Amino acid sequence: MTVKILSSAFDPWQETQQHQQSQLEAGKYGATASFVGTMRDFNQGDDVASMTLEHYPGMTESYLQKICDEAEQRWQLIDCLIVHRVGEMHPNDPIVLTVVWSAHRKEAFEACRYLMEELKTRAPFWKKEDMMEGHRWVDKNTPG
Amino acid sequence: MSITVKFFARLREQVGKAELTLDSAGDVLSIWNRATENMPMPDNTLCAINMEYSNTDAPVKDGDEVAFFPPVTGG
Repeated sequence: MTVKILSSAFDPWQETQQHQQSQLEAGKYGATASFVGTMRDFNQGDDVASMTLEHYPGMTESYLQKICDEAEQRWQLIDCLIVHRVGEMHPNDPIVLTVVWSAHRKEAFEACRYLMEELKTRAPFWKKEDMMEGHRWVDKNTPG
Repeated sequence: MSITVKFFARLREQVGKAELTLDSAGDVLSIWNRATENMPMPDNTLCAINMEYSNTDAPVKDGDEVAFFPPVTGG
């Protein structure tokens, strides 16, 4: 299980491949499910030029680990990876990556969804959107 | 006796400080009241003690870190 908070842009496919090659044993996993959240250039009908993501160093990592632990207890998984951006980002930048490896697809699909939904409601991150006129804090996430 | 109090995101801007230290314990709500000079706590405020979510009536001990923040919006 790996949890990473990054303050600069990342390539989710490269992260996935790198993790898979360095951490997983070939031939053991039959299913890989991944989710990538990417920054849009609009929200609630307004153009958004850039966004800043704040987190609570220590608590954020600890909750991401906790969520992975819960998924590993609930489903039979081989490995989990969560990568999340913080700091200033721009449209089309990946914000989050969750990947789950398991023997069969059911566990991988369900656990990947679980990681994302739990992350969205429990991991301390806050989005601030930079608009043409000033900034605004995002009050709540869109329903999944 | 020393309690570290942290504010994040919109709450940090509303309270006007990111972090401060208090020299006496109590429960989470009393920590908020002293740290913000009795500012009303916004309804949806989340609290944590030592990086674990807590309620406003949870006891705070010497050396604890108490954090206040709005609903989370990551992912």
